[in-house]
Amino acid sequence: MTASKHPGSGSPGPLGDTGEVWVENTGTYPLVRPPVIEAHDVWKTYRNGSLEVDALRGVSFEIRSGEYVAVMGPSGSGKSTLMHILGCLDVPTSGSFLLAGEDVSAMSEEELAHVRNRRIGFVFQQFNLLASMSAWRNVELPLLYAGVERAERKRRALEALERVGLDSRVDHRPGELSGGQQQRVAMARALVTDPDLILADEPTGNLDSVSANDIIGLLADLHRSGRTVVLITHDADVAEAGGRTMRIRDGQILEGEPAESGAVGR
Amino acid sequence: MNVLETFRTGLEAVVSHRLRSALTVLGIMIGITAVILTVGLGEGAQQQVSSQISALGSNLLTVTPGSTTSSEGIRGGFGSASTLTVGDATALSSRVVAPDINAVAPATTVSDSLVAGTTNWTTTVVGTDPSWLTVRGRSMTEGRFIADHDLATRADVVVLGATTAQELFGFRDPVGQTVDVAGQPMSVIGVLNTVGSSSSSSSTTSNPDDQAIVPLTTASALLFGGSSRNSVSQILIQATSSGTLSAAYQEADAELLSLHGVTTTASADFTITSEQQVLSTATSVDKTLTVLLGGVAGISLLVGGIGVMNIMLVSVTERIREIGLRKALGATPRVIRRQFLVEASVLGSVGGVLGAGLGLLGAAILPHFISDKITISPVATVGAIVIAIGIGIAFGVYPASRAARLAPIDALRSE
Repeated sequence: MTASKHPGSGSPGPLGDTGEVWVENTGTYPLVRPPVIEAHDVWKTYRNGSLEVDALRGVSFEIRSGEYVAVMGPSGSGKSTLMHILGCLDVPTSGSFLLAGEDVSAMSEEELAHVRNRRIGFVFQQFNLLASMSAWRNVELPLLYAGVERAERKRRALEALERVGLDSRVDHRPGELSGGQQQRVAMARALVTDPDLILADEPTGNLDSVSANDIIGLLADLHRSGRTVVLITHDADVAEAGGRTMRIRDGQILEGEPAESGAVGR
Repeated sequence: MNVLETFRTGLEAVVSHRLRSALTVLGIMIGITAVILTVGLGEGAQQQVSSQISALGSNLLTVTPGSTTSSEGIRGGFGSASTLTVGDATALSSRVVAPDINAVAPATTVSDSLVAGTTNWTTTVVGTDPSWLTVRGRSMTEGRFIADHDLATRADVVVLGATTAQELFGFRDPVGQTVDVAGQPMSVIGVLNTVGSSSSSSSTTSNPDDQAIVPLTTASALLFGGSSRNSVSQILIQATSSGTLSAAYQEADAELLSLHGVTTTASADFTITSEQQVLSTATSVDKTLTVLLGGVAGISLLVGGIGVMNIMLVSVTERIREIGLRKALGATPRVIRRQFLVEASVLGSVGGVLGAGLGLLGAAILPHFISDKITISPVATVGAIVIAIGIGIAFGVYPASRAARLAPIDALRSE
C-alpha cells in the first residue's frame, strides 16, 4: 500500500471523521489520540530553471500525539523535504497538511512563524546554534520570539539545559562545547517551548557513536514523558529507537502508515 | 517581541561580532572623513585662490586725467595733466556720493633718485595719502605707513618698498635712517610688505616692491612743485567688493562728470579703467573651482557609499543562515527586519559620529603638515553623514529583509 493510495485522500471527509472518532473515544482507554500531523497527498516540486524535480509525490500519513516515528530513507528519497514541511520550514506545492488540526498551507508568514515557535522544536544535523551566544542564550531564543519575559526565559532555559544534563555548561559558547554537548543544547532549545512536536533531522549524523546514543536516549526519554517525536534518519539502528518506522523512497511512503486502529507504539 | 527586546537583540549582535562591526563602522567612518577632508581641501583652495585674486586688486579702479575722446577734436578742461585734484578724491570718498566705494587714494608719481649715504637708487616716488595702503591691499613689515598728521604737517618722511630698502641699506635696518629724495633729506618711517613682481597689477608701477611713498602734500610742495600742487596723476578707487565694481565705476564716473562740469561721457576729461581681465579671470576661476568641488564631493560620497554598501551587503549575506535559524525558531520577518534596522542604525550612527570626528580632527591637524588650507563645509559634513548612514541602513536592512522573506529552510541551507 502506497501513500498516494491512502483511502479518501484529498477529500475533507476523513479529516472530519478522524476528529469525530477521537472525540467519541475520549472516555475510553486505550483511546485514539488526536493526530498531531495529518498529511494528505502532499506534493513538493522544486524548480531549477526549466528542470522540475518532484521531491515528494503524493505523500499521505498521520502522526498521532505521543507517537515516536522514525522516518527512514536513503539520501535523495525526500525525507529531508518531508521534515521541512513537517516543521513548517517549507510549504507543500500541493496537497493539504494539518498541524494540530490547523491547515498550514493556508497560513501567512506571520502565522507560520508562530506555529514554528509554539508547536515545533527543531533538532538539526548541523546543530545550528548561534556561535556568539552562550548555551543558555541559545536555548532562550524561541522564548524571546514567543514574547516571554526575561527572567522567566532564563529560568526555563536553565531548566531545559538541566533536563539534557548540561546544567554545568550554561555559560559556555557552542565553540567551547563538544559536538554531543552542542546537540544537547539544541535539544534543550527544541523542548524549552514545550512544543507539540519535536522534529529531529539526522540528529546523530555529525556525532560519534557515544554522543549519538546519548541523543537517541534523550529522544526516547522525551517520548516516554509524553512528547511526540519525529526522527529523520538514514541509519536503521537509529530508526529502531522509534516506535514506528516510516520508510520513504523516491518521494513516496513505502510502509509504516498507522494501523487502521490507530494504536500507538508496539 | 517588544521594542526593548528588539533593540537589545540588535545591540548584542553588534557587540558580539566585534570584527564585522568594527569593519562596518570603519567603512562608514572613512567615507565620511574622505568627504569632509576633500571638500574641505577644495573649499580651502577656493578661498585661497579668491583671496589671492583679491590681493591682485580685482576691485580696483584707476582714474587717470585726460580725455580719450580726441577723435572729435574736442578737448575739455585745462589740460590733461591737471584735471584731477585732491578735491576729486575727497568727493569720491564720501559714503553718500559713492556707497560702493570703500577707499580712495589720490596719487602722484614721479621717477626720482634716492640717495642714502654713498648709495643711490632710482625708483618711483609716489605721493599719496594713508588710504593708499588699503586701496593697494598692502601691509607693513616694519615701522608705520604715512599718517594724516604727516600730510597736515608736510612731514619729510618716506616709506620704502622692500627692494628699495634693500638696495639702499643692504641688511641694515632702514627705519630711522635718512634718505635724500630729490635732494630733500627724509627719514624712513617704514618698509612695505613684499608682494613679488608676479602679482603686480599696477600699470604705473612696474615692481610693487620697488617704490618710495611720501605724503602727497610733501610731494606736491617739494618734489613736483609749480602750478599743479592740487592736481594728482591718478586716483585709485577700491570698490567694496569685486561684485560692486561696476556700481563703483558708475558712481565715480557720475560724480567726476558733475564735479568737472562735463555733461556727456564722450567729452569727459578723465578715464576710469578697471582690472576687467583680472575680474573675469577671477569669476571663471571661481566657477571652475565650484564645479570641481561639486565633482570631488560627489565622487567621494559615491566611493564612500559604495564602500558602506559592500560591507553591509557582505555582512548581511553571510548571516542568512542566522536569519534562517531565527525564523525556524519563530522570528517573524518583521522581527528580523527590526533587528537588522537596529544593527544598521547603531553601526551607522557610531560610524557617522566617528567619521565626523576624524574628519574635523584631520581638518584641524593636517594644515600643520601641508601648506593647504582646509575649510570645513557644514553642508558637506551633514550631507556626508546623512548619506553614509542612509546607505548603511538601506543596504543593511534591504538584504536582511529579503532574507527574512525566504523560506526558512532556504535561508538555513545557504552558505
